[in-house]
Amino acid sequence: MHLEIITPDKKVFEGEVSEATFPGANGSFQVLNNHAAIISALDKGAVSYTTSSGRKSLVVEGGVVEVNDNKIIVLAEKVIA
Amino acid sequence: MANLKEVKERINSVSSTQQITKAMKMVAAAKLRRAQDKITQMRPYSQKLSAILNNISSGAEGSTDIVYARERPVERVLVVAITSDKGLCGAFNSNIVKASMLAINEKFSGKQVTVMPIGKKAFDFFKKKDFPLISDHYQLFEEVSFEPVKKAAEEVMEAFVEGTFDQVVLIYNEFKNVATQLVVQEQFLPIARVEQAEGDAQNRQEYIVEPSREYIIEELVPNSLKIQFYKAILDSNASEHGARMTAMSKATDNAAELLKDLKLVYNRTRQAAITNEILEIVAGANALEGN
Repeated sequence: MHLEIITPDKKVFEGEVSEATFPGANGSFQVLNNHAAIISALDKGAVSYTTSSGRKSLVVEGGVVEVNDNKIIVLAEKVIA
Repeated sequence: MANLKEVKERINSVSSTQQITKAMKMVAAAKLRRAQDKITQMRPYSQKLSAILNNISSGAEGSTDIVYARERPVERVLVVAITSDKGLCGAFNSNIVKASMLAINEKFSGKQVTVMPIGKKAFDFFKKKDFPLISDHYQLFEEVSFEPVKKAAEEVMEAFVEGTFDQVVLIYNEFKNVATQLVVQEQFLPIARVEQAEGDAQNRQEYIVEPSREYIIEELVPNSLKIQFYKAILDSNASEHGARMTAMSKATDNAAELLKDLKLVYNRTRQAAITNEILEIVAGANALEGN
């Protein structure tokens, strides 16, 4: 899957991931390959994802995530590494 | 004939001024590039945001009531005037001040106007004019990033929702290209209703929406407003450096022209002095011979 994490200041991450976990407004959820299309609001919390070089995590302060056709786009107002 | 020493001094001072304007031009060029980069970096976010917002609101049944879109009879207006912190950039700041005064005196005449200056120049001007000010945010340009801009935008949006203001307009320089800045007046709040494009309906994706459409719209609309505010700031920032670059480039050219003229005068004066001296020597020699 292709993951992009974007803030108004810069693109924080872009690349292939095998799995990603998000702090959804209704509770944390995980996205795997071929996930159904979803748009979800995010709470403040950790977004973590697994790339070929291991698992990484960063904290977002609210935002929204869109998953469609194995493309994940995270729009966060602020990202704390 | 001008004094040789005086001309020399003027040449020196003009050429050192030219050096300064040249350096300022180059600094402005570098800053302009960075400002443009910021705009390019912001663009994907704003595009994706409006795409998602479109996706989600095209599926909504009926229009949701958004607090930021509520129209009220306009009595109290907030004018956000965006200028720069520093001068020496041509008509950049005076254009904004002029446009703001025009709007206040004509479009909003008889209304209660509050000004939110952003940038030192606007702050100084409106402070002197004794307008009611919101002046907590005029130093946004010290370091342009989303965080402080967001706070300013949130304050404005909160004031609108609370009913402190019925209308908010932004007045800023839009960045067209390096040489052109366009003064624009943009309604920030209430949000102008956007007509839904009909053609989008068939290629629309069915999304699972969590927690609910309304919740996400409520979350995203303020976000996109903040982005609109940020865009105005970034545009103004890039315009400022563009304007300064053009102004300084002109100043450098003018200095070069001035130098050319001064050098001509200098050489002429020098030549005249030499001719004079020769004349005197010849005259002296003749007088001696005559003896």
